[in-house]
Amino acid sequence: MTMLANLLKGAAAAAALAISAAAPARAVDLQFYFPVAVGGGAAETIQALTDEYMQLNPDVKIDAVYAGSYQDTITKVITAARGGNAPQLSVALSVDMFTLIDEGLILPFDDFIKTEEDKAWLNSFYPAFMENSQTGGKTYGIPFQRSTPVLYWNKAAFAAAGLDPETPPATWDEMVEMGKTLTRRDANGNVTQWGVRIPTSGFPYWLFQGLTTQNDAILANADGNETNFDDPRVVEALQYLVDLSTRHEIMEPGIVEWGATPKAFFEGQAAMMWTTTGNLTNVRANAPFDFGVAMLPANKRRGAPTGGGNFYLFDGSSEEQLAEAVDFIKWITGPEQSAKWTMATGYVAPRPATWDTETMKAYAADFPYVLVARDQLDHAVAELSTYQNQRITQIFNDALAAAITGQKDAATALAEAQAQADAILAAYR
Amino acid sequence: MTGYDRALTILGAAMLAALWVLPLIYAVWTAVHPSEYEARFVLTAPLTLANFIEAWQAAPFARYFLNTFVLVTVIVICQFVLCTLAAYGFARYRFPGRDILFSLVLLQLLVMPDILIVENYGLLRRMGLVDTIAGIALPYVASGFGVFLIRQTFMTVPQELDDAARIEGAGPLAILWRVYVPLAKPVYLSYGLVSVSHHWNNFLWPLIVTNSVETRPLTVGLSVFSAVDSGVEWSVINAATLMTSGPLLVAFLLFQRQFVQSFMRAGIK
Amino acid sequence: MLTRQWVHGWLLLMPALTFIFLFTHIPAVVTVWNSFFSTARGRRPSVFVGLDNYERLINDPVFWKVLSNNLWFALGTIPTSIALAIAMALFVNRQFLGRSLVRMAYFTPTVLPLIAVANIWLFFYTPGFGLVDQILGAFDHGQTNLLGNPDTALAAIVVVSVWKEAGFFMIFYLAALQAIPPQLAEAARIEGAGGWTIFRRITFPLMMPTTLFVSINAVINSFRLVDHIFILTAGGPDNASSLLLYYIYETSFRFWDTAYGATLTVAMLALLCLLAIGQFFLFDRRVHYK
Repeated sequence: MTMLANLLKGAAAAAALAISAAAPARAVDLQFYFPVAVGGGAAETIQALTDEYMQLNPDVKIDAVYAGSYQDTITKVITAARGGNAPQLSVALSVDMFTLIDEGLILPFDDFIKTEEDKAWLNSFYPAFMENSQTGGKTYGIPFQRSTPVLYWNKAAFAAAGLDPETPPATWDEMVEMGKTLTRRDANGNVTQWGVRIPTSGFPYWLFQGLTTQNDAILANADGNETNFDDPRVVEALQYLVDLSTRHEIMEPGIVEWGATPKAFFEGQAAMMWTTTGNLTNVRANAPFDFGVAMLPANKRRGAPTGGGNFYLFDGSSEEQLAEAVDFIKWITGPEQSAKWTMATGYVAPRPATWDTETMKAYAADFPYVLVARDQLDHAVAELSTYQNQRITQIFNDALAAAITGQKDAATALAEAQAQADAILAAYR
Repeated sequence: MTGYDRALTILGAAMLAALWVLPLIYAVWTAVHPSEYEARFVLTAPLTLANFIEAWQAAPFARYFLNTFVLVTVIVICQFVLCTLAAYGFARYRFPGRDILFSLVLLQLLVMPDILIVENYGLLRRMGLVDTIAGIALPYVASGFGVFLIRQTFMTVPQELDDAARIEGAGPLAILWRVYVPLAKPVYLSYGLVSVSHHWNNFLWPLIVTNSVETRPLTVGLSVFSAVDSGVEWSVINAATLMTSGPLLVAFLLFQRQFVQSFMRAGIK
Repeated sequence: MLTRQWVHGWLLLMPALTFIFLFTHIPAVVTVWNSFFSTARGRRPSVFVGLDNYERLINDPVFWKVLSNNLWFALGTIPTSIALAIAMALFVNRQFLGRSLVRMAYFTPTVLPLIAVANIWLFFYTPGFGLVDQILGAFDHGQTNLLGNPDTALAAIVVVSVWKEAGFFMIFYLAALQAIPPQLAEAARIEGAGGWTIFRRITFPLMMPTTLFVSINAVINSFRLVDHIFILTAGGPDNASSLLLYYIYETSFRFWDTAYGATLTVAMLALLCLLAIGQFFLFDRRVHYK
């Protein structure tokens, strides 16, 4: 009888133990918003990585929400946060950092970086990507889906024009010279192939920032409250861009559409194009000719902006949740995970450690052009980002469009844009 | 009219029709050929269904379909009910303030909710309805256009029919249901089709209100899908366009005669 | 009996009026109210700023630009789409082989979502390999860049809008045409009137109520229909093809400046009210009291 009682007691205790073990010691629920800005299986890859993390950490539950475009995501995050139910973490444009700080929505990562190991992790990203992620001595963003523009060239067109198909232009002057050789006209003088294509629709500031950086100008300060649009070096860069169409006649005049750019390249409409590294996979799959990928040409120096999205940490959750969110970010930016992400999407892996993995080495050996973007990071600067970022960039975009379409000269357009930006940013100084 | 004139007219009509249907033809062309043929129109281009498969797999279109279907159904049913009641009130009841109220309803023909996006968004946020299908639908469930259209028809219903039913002891709602609604069927059909095609294709307001897969209608889903950094892939986007407007195109093909005729009978002229 | 009629009447109106007031009239009034406040941002709450937003409006060159764009857009779309709609209705009103095919062709734009077909038009307009340039190229014409040139971008947008709208308006005209007694035209023809005279003296005047109805729709659409701008130009170059509603969207939902967005909406409402006085009551008298 006592034996049975003991047995029952033991069974009960075991059951209780089993239950308490099943009930996680620290069950954490996280919500995570992410945008998708490239074709292919980006959303599936994020979901798969999240699932993998949850398998490794059964006490954590992460709800990964595909929020649409970058624009949708930022809207959704701001709306949810204002309504008091912000996600714990979200991927959003790195340039939205000041906006999110201004709205009082995000937290610096520094409070969660305690150990030496954590510190080493924070320092393990390419400095070019961190420029857009830090302000006032604190880190607000962790680079994740980042990109940079590169130059693609059509080797067949180069050969047909009598140029060395393996040598892309290395300087502004070379680009003009080669562009002239590559621009072809039919008997009536109508252009059948342009030398170069730098798209200027929608968000022209991004590729233009390549030119300003190469001309050794920085568009905005690190505090995000001062722009240098009227810097003579910026004016010079804009004049160079305008001259490509008007003086040298090697680029399509007027605003050049971003969305149609890869197709124009495939169709042989342009022998060189500037566009994001995010197009590598697309070009590799669809270009009906041999192509090359190079860093953007240099003028006073080499240079390019970075682009894309960072992880942000949102205010309004428990310390425990936030600590877990940081753990998740640490994991997903780990070399193997990051390698999977880079190969699935074409984004530039943001840590040198990722490039040292066997997976990435094999990938780069098979397709060396993926290394161009990485190597260009040594010359890259922060993407233009300020307080009231969308409005400031729109003012800048409008000025660029006005100069490109010949409504204003470069100096006037940029001086006006600087005055408008000053009026808005004065409140943040 | 001379035969020459007639031929010229038909030629004009056909040319205009060809011009009008050109975007659709282009959509079909790109959707059924590999992407190399997006800008190259050669008859020997190979046919493929790969674009449809790719589009279907690249975005949760099944969910978007469901969202749009629910959205449109909710809107049209609510519009029918609310507008019918109000139209009956305006057509057959006399009460103080009627004409002022009717003018205010007509004002909605001009000042549509589409224009008041800023304040309506704020309102929905206070109601906690941002990113819900109800949130997309609410501003449209009562339509000034619908009230006006149905009222016009109800006013043509002979008063004697109304009186006869009343004598038989029918209440206002029973009269409405048994006398007025059956006589206004063509109006419901044409108004319903206009409303379905309008809300199926509506974009700006759903774009503002929704930001997740669970609520996003087809139009917003399409725009998210086509706005990628790596450039426009017409073949896949057009395959998606055809898929998403397919049901509406087919419905229109089937109903086009009734559609036109219902407008005529509805007296919208 | 009278009061009971009143109560029934009001009860019938109540549900519809609640929603109409909630999402049209009240927001319109609140918008005006909000235009006197600043936009709340993070730690800085919204404060009363009097007419500051209006001062900014008057000094905002982009506002004046989009306003004039919108007027040109209206002038470009409304008469063209109405004229085409009438022509289409006249065509399709005749008996000929393939009539229903032609009618369907005219109507397809109404069924296709503008946001999606905008991508197709983007291809048509693309310089070099786009359809327009392929066709022009066959006539030895050089490249065009219709969307990338401030002089032509708005016109390119107008063409898409006309394409979208004409077929829908055609339906109304078709209904109107079929309601005109054929004897009228017969009688005129016997008296020796030609086709153009019959149209000008009989058909067109008899379709006047339709024209008024359609033109109101067209006016509203010229302020409401901005979907294609998202894809085709995003308002560019330098706001050359931006319209008022698109600017309101940008200001409120991209720049998060809702107070200024409200101010722009007030400007739009004022404009619509002006049009209402001019057009709406004319329509009201001609049609609804007939």
